[in-house]
Amino acid sequence: MTNMVNNGGARILIIDDESQIRKMLKVALSAHGYEIKEASFGKDGIDKAALYHPDMVILDLGLPDITGFEVIKQLREWSQVPVIILSVKEQEEDKIKALDAGADDYITKPFGMGELLARIRVALRHAAKSEDEPIISIGELTVDLAHRIVTVEGNEVKLTPTEYEILKKLILHAGRVLTHQQLLLSIWGKKYQGENHYLRVYIGQLRRKIEPDPTQPIYIVTEPGVGYRLMGSE
Amino acid sequence: MTQSKLIKHENITRGKITIFLGYASGVGKTYAMFQKAKEQLVQGVDIVVAWPDTYEVAENANFLEDLPLIPPNRLEYEGEKHKEMDLTELLKRRPKLAIIDDLAHINAPGSCHLHRYQDIEEVLQAGISVYTTLNIQSVESLVDIVAQITGIEVTETVPDYLLENADQIKFIDLPPEELIDRLKKAEIPRSLQEKKALSKLGNINALRELAFRYTAQNVDKKLINYMKEHNIKGPWPVGDKIMACIGPSPFSAQVLRTARRMAAGLKAQLVVAYVETPYKYPAKESEQDQLSYNLRLAEELGAEIVHLAGNSVSDELIALAGRKNVTQIVIGKPLHSRFRDFWRESIVNDVIRGSHGISVHVIPGKPKKIKKAKQVHGSAKSQRDSIWPYVGTNLFIIAITIFNKLLEPAFDLTNIALLYLLPVLFSAVYWGQGPSIMASLVGVLAFDIFFVPPVLSITVADLRYLLSFAIFLLVALITSNMAIRLSNQANLARVREARTGALYALSRKIVAETDIEGVLNTAVNVVSETIGGKAIIYISNKDKLEIGTTTALPSGALLGVNERETADWVFKHGEAAGKGTGTFNKANASYLPLRSDEENLGVLGVQTETPKEYLSQEQRRLLEAFANLIAVAVIRLQLAEEAQKAQYLAKSEKLRTVLFNSISHEIRTPLASIIGAVSSLLEQGDVFSKKDEIALLRTVNESAHRMDRLVRNMFDMARLESGKLKLKLEWCDIQDIIGVALRRMKESTVYHKLRVKVNPNLPLVKADFALLEQVLINLIENAIKYTLSGNEILLEVVRQGNEVKWTVANQGEVIPDKEKEKIFNEFYRSYNPERKTEGTGLGLAICKGIIEAHGGRIWLENGPNQWNVFAFTLPLQDNPPNQILE
Repeated sequence: MTNMVNNGGARILIIDDESQIRKMLKVALSAHGYEIKEASFGKDGIDKAALYHPDMVILDLGLPDITGFEVIKQLREWSQVPVIILSVKEQEEDKIKALDAGADDYITKPFGMGELLARIRVALRHAAKSEDEPIISIGELTVDLAHRIVTVEGNEVKLTPTEYEILKKLILHAGRVLTHQQLLLSIWGKKYQGENHYLRVYIGQLRRKIEPDPTQPIYIVTEPGVGYRLMGSE
Repeated sequence: MTQSKLIKHENITRGKITIFLGYASGVGKTYAMFQKAKEQLVQGVDIVVAWPDTYEVAENANFLEDLPLIPPNRLEYEGEKHKEMDLTELLKRRPKLAIIDDLAHINAPGSCHLHRYQDIEEVLQAGISVYTTLNIQSVESLVDIVAQITGIEVTETVPDYLLENADQIKFIDLPPEELIDRLKKAEIPRSLQEKKALSKLGNINALRELAFRYTAQNVDKKLINYMKEHNIKGPWPVGDKIMACIGPSPFSAQVLRTARRMAAGLKAQLVVAYVETPYKYPAKESEQDQLSYNLRLAEELGAEIVHLAGNSVSDELIALAGRKNVTQIVIGKPLHSRFRDFWRESIVNDVIRGSHGISVHVIPGKPKKIKKAKQVHGSAKSQRDSIWPYVGTNLFIIAITIFNKLLEPAFDLTNIALLYLLPVLFSAVYWGQGPSIMASLVGVLAFDIFFVPPVLSITVADLRYLLSFAIFLLVALITSNMAIRLSNQANLARVREARTGALYALSRKIVAETDIEGVLNTAVNVVSETIGGKAIIYISNKDKLEIGTTTALPSGALLGVNERETADWVFKHGEAAGKGTGTFNKANASYLPLRSDEENLGVLGVQTETPKEYLSQEQRRLLEAFANLIAVAVIRLQLAEEAQKAQYLAKSEKLRTVLFNSISHEIRTPLASIIGAVSSLLEQGDVFSKKDEIALLRTVNESAHRMDRLVRNMFDMARLESGKLKLKLEWCDIQDIIGVALRRMKESTVYHKLRVKVNPNLPLVKADFALLEQVLINLIENAIKYTLSGNEILLEVVRQGNEVKWTVANQGEVIPDKEKEKIFNEFYRSYNPERKTEGTGLGLAICKGIIEAHGGRIWLENGPNQWNVFAFTLPLQDNPPNQILE
């Protein structure tokens, strides 16, 4: 766990119509050193985002005026600010739509605060990170992007080109969820959209090569109905 | 149109009809009608002229004065323009009284009804009274007499019952001399034929007398009715009943009209009998058409129709007369060929002989003259009418003769004579009576000329041969007759069998259908196959008519605006219309209502391959039977649907109560611990040590998670119960599902040893990932609940043939056999008073619902050493995607 107060005072805009949730988030996040702004409507949220230039937006999907999807679409027209979505179980479809439209991550209500803080840190780090890190390590898994070498516990693992591409994409976004759509699009192109079983097969193969126990993966984690996430280093 | 239609109807009081009756055009009916109308107008009656016979005259010459006029409906049909009364506008306008000239008018093609009197019927039913005019020559039962007197063949006729049921008849008279005067001035437009007929004073007098007599009869009848109604005693004629016997002959119409007139004169009931026999089955299409026309006419004349089937016409007629207490029989005796005359006469004679006190009236016919009056649509000449059968018969006889000549040396004359029976039998079976009679005659002739000495001469040496000829002829005639009868019987049986077969097929197929759409589609298919045409079914949806069939939708011809209008009319009125009926006759198809007890469920539309002007009795009965079957099936399904809904409601009602009881307990428990812990922290925060504080907060956390699980379960159960659960099927990796489920349960599995045994080479399964994950979580949670901490829980997945079997096994109290089924029922909890376990009893029910939705099975089995094994299977697909080549 990182230092409680030293988060560089990142500014977070919370867009949620329920005051109880806003209040809880404000208390908990302020305690962790974040500076909080609040909005209870979608349009109001977009205005405030333009006014305050937050470093991160936490957006509830069930807003009374416009859909969360709409908020993201409008935000993305002029801003790359990281967005984390708050959703409930029944909003599966909306959630995927929002992620595909450019949201960075999601978390399902009810959630634990630890989980949310982890997502926030990952999203903020990605926004700040420089692209030219040649070697990325997570746990015992190391990917040398320059030489296309993957090692687990120091032993090199032979991956097929497609497996490597998937792993590379996941590790570049470590800690963040990638939707099926996003993965399929970046690896096979437009033609294979909706062919989720391709991913299932490759992810299965990949896990057998890099996971200590493929039935209980620690690196590549499935987000049911949404996509995959390479667990962050924490 | 039957009389019953007049009597029934709704809560609106029927309008009153006043008929201005005259004996010829020009006597001043229209004038009298308008005078009367103007009187009514002055008295403030809401009155409208819906149809003055001469629009131009009426509009220009201030003829109407203040009478409001509804403009005519201009319609175009097949390029021709027509003007007709605007019925729709009139019904919309709803005056108290409508003036509609010319009751006997036949509407232009494309109108709603064939006859104006049908329009007027609708107007009356709408509660609007009507003034109308009529010439005596247009009364249906008088048509023959009028034709005899004047030579006019009237085509525009009205059924007698209209006059008999009219509320008021005003007889408009004019001395014949004045009429002739008027005619000379040519005030009245009329046809040439009529002009000629009316130029003779004798004709005019005869028509006038006819009109007088008819009116007097009517008045007489009204008087008697009045006396009867008011219990005034009088000399009543005994209840007479007249029976008219008809067949597929054009002459039957004349018999019908005569019988009708007699019935009216005697105030007797009229029964019309038609006997179908194997010999006299109407085989030709033209005959069938004529028969349906005759039966329709009988219906129009308001007769009771009895359709009989039997071996002997006369026997059936006499038996019916006895049953119905008929007092007089009217039967026709047409002038046909000698043979048929002999034939007919025998029926007439038989009826007379068997009549026993019933008077029999024999009507001599003049078929040619009457026939053309209302021509039935021409039909294709049937095979039997053509010359070829005769040619064929002769060829056959020539062939037999040559054959016999070859055999003559070996055979004697008896054998040769017998061989001549062959063409007789053959032509009787295949070509009918004419050719077979000819075959017997020509056969005898050929036998005489070519074989009986002296050969090649018609004379015979031995006179005994004449006896042989006679016997041969007799044998030939009798056998041919038998053969024809047999073949007709076979035909008849075939037609009946086809009908029964079709009905049986429909009812059998319909019963197999479980939804209304299926029933309608099947019905449309069967009906169109049977009829050999197209069919369509409309079904009512909240009192609006919709096309009920989605597949097998017929193209073009049945979907026009006209067709739709007809169907709507049928739906509204609950009576057949369209092709082959008197209403919307120009539609492409015939429409029948699908009726149940009180309401109309919809409309069946049928277009036959070769549409006729009139549907035959046979077709009509078949269609009606079809419509009834369909209606019954639809009603059955509607009732079943309602019952199901009720059952579902009852079930969900029960569910709600149980849920309520269970939930209130389940929710309160965690809520109590949350509120308890949080309030103590808030109120007495400082008395707790750091360790206590954490313990309290952990309770809050656990309780909150428990509530989360509860809500999730309830949500899933509600989805399963309402049938709204839609599987999002995709290819799933079994290991992946297990991985996700175990990660979600990380915290609850720490106290137990959880072992997972999965073959890594299992194929992908087609399933709903999230729901299967839920099943696994529920099963593992269940296992945890009933397993002491520290003990083992085993999750295993193996392939078994074309299934994947999943098992979650735990060591614990073995569940008794009788509970093994019940355990998957909702709200069931293994009852154990000593050990209280939390839970709603929903988890396993949800598992069952989900697995069954996937086409799998779930059950509980006993493992070794007191293990409870929860097992479920998922079917494997034929070709799961596997390795993909790069």
